Amino acid sequence: MTLLDPPRTLAALETAQEPALVRPVPAAPVKTERLVDLFEYGLDAPICLTWELTYACNLSCVHCLSSSGRRDPRELSTDEAKAVIDELQRMQVFYVNIGGGEPTVRSDFWELLDYATAHDVGVKFSTNGVKLTPERAAMLAENSYVDVQISLDGATAEVNDFVRGPGSYDTALTAMQNLHDAGMKDFKLSVVCTRQNIPQLDEFKAIADRYGAQLRLTRLRPSGRGADVWDELHPLPEQQRELFDWLVAHDGEVLTGDSFFHLSAYGQELSGLNLCGAGRVVCLIDPVGDVYACPFAIHDEFLAGNVRSEGGFQRVWQQSELFQRLREPQSGGACASCNFYDTCKGGCMAAKFFTGLPLDGPDPECVQGYGEELLKNRKPKQEAIPKPTGDHSHRTERGPRRDGKPVRDGLGPVIQLKRGGDLAAMPVSDCDENPLAGFGIERLPATSSAGGSLIGRNLLGGSAAGPSVGGCACSGEASAPAHAGAHGGCGC
Amino acid sequence: MPDAFDLDRPLRLHPQVSVRPEPFGALLYHFGTRKLSFLKNRTLLQVVESLPDHPSARAACAAAGVDDARMPQFGSALGTLERSQMLVERTA
Repeated sequence: MTLLDPPRTLAALETAQEPALVRPVPAAPVKTERLVDLFEYGLDAPICLTWELTYACNLSCVHCLSSSGRRDPRELSTDEAKAVIDELQRMQVFYVNIGGGEPTVRSDFWELLDYATAHDVGVKFSTNGVKLTPERAAMLAENSYVDVQISLDGATAEVNDFVRGPGSYDTALTAMQNLHDAGMKDFKLSVVCTRQNIPQLDEFKAIADRYGAQLRLTRLRPSGRGADVWDELHPLPEQQRELFDWLVAHDGEVLTGDSFFHLSAYGQELSGLNLCGAGRVVCLIDPVGDVYACPFAIHDEFLAGNVRSEGGFQRVWQQSELFQRLREPQSGGACASCNFYDTCKGGCMAAKFFTGLPLDGPDPECVQGYGEELLKNRKPKQEAIPKPTGDHSHRTERGPRRDGKPVRDGLGPVIQLKRGGDLAAMPVSDCDENPLAGFGIERLPATSSAGGSLIGRNLLGGSAAGPSVGGCACSGEASAPAHAGAHGGCGC
Repeated sequence: MPDAFDLDRPLRLHPQVSVRPEPFGALLYHFGTRKLSFLKNRTLLQVVESLPDHPSARAACAAAGVDDARMPQFGSALGTLERSQMLVERTA
């Protein structure tokens, strides 16, 4: 039996993408203690802590795992956030993943970043790049305690902006250019794998290489607004295989957030811990201080406590009833008799929960096909599927102006209406028939079969009232040029 | 195979390394390289922490109760830690 696991980078740990060294060589007949077995009983402090600093966001990505958009007035204050950092330092949480919302839109973001790194809490933050000017990039490149992760969900503007909103592709690439120019090495290019972008894996790798970044691929979960688009966006079964083969072929070159362990049921274990770390090695602190078992499980069912309560984060982590329960050995339930249970462990808890499947059964994307069967046989959607707790999505309707004048376009947050139709039909190049061609507006007939179920539904939860707020909901000054480019002459 | 680890040298933790004890052993984190190591054994933790108090790694192991039979195993673990800069040689 080995005495230690060889060192790995933290990013790799979070993703645990390491070559075979990760797993100690079994030393029969002594029972080998795999790390994964040790971790199942939890740790004194998390290894991978995600902290979403704000629900405010300049974008409205259709698959946002935290249903972000608007700031929550109960958000932790600067002083409260610093107190959390002090606590993380005491608990020796070496490193925290900061996200949101868009964390950099908090006016005290840079102050908190400096505070954390001055207190031995390293930071990796996820951003769409909106605030990463050349000056900020230079500042970040100088701080070895900071790592940056740029989100991009398409290797082309068409595919990316389809889910992340007009202009977001250009914003992300500009940010990467700025980081690269500032000499920042190995920052992350983070991609949520979807049906639309799986064919672009090589292109993503090329983009990452171009900017000296490291590619990180993660799984689309049906969490937050992701639940609304999951049916349309999650990879098809044959794409899962394509993704798996790609990951195997690029072992050691790409990070995964350990998020594809359900794919190991193809028969080969992917590098990584291959463990649902919820409440054991990972957890989430949300903007109002609520502590959830994992970033993809923002629901009362997985709420362990709040950092504002007596005893703070440490007490929640170490003593909450929920986390204690998650650290008990889990039964395989319906999966126990499957040959692959030992590697896939039944897959992702959040994915099961938000698709209405039992937690002790197969993952909805189980590669052995057991999840699909269950999905077909589950109760009607409304009954079966839990809704995430809290929704901070942008409102899609702007109120009337006090002076009675018409509401102008181009102000306020980018508001995105989901386009109907499939990707093959985009970009919409001709708006002659109707200025809103291609957008999912209730009164328009479905123009294609794929994704047709979503047509007529505003994915951001408002009444599909886009057209009434100034003719077209694709407003937002930042997005205007890209918008024009993407839609040709749609006239807005 | 890497060269055999020389147990008869004085070692210490790299100044940028932080140690977090855990029920199963410990986590080591190097703020410079951003690497993390898992010590899967409390004895190894004791050895690592007591390195500065001993003239050699071998002496630190012996003081922690590591017998000759297990010495190569500990030497191998310490060697891994040194190669990843978690441990550095102490100058006199």
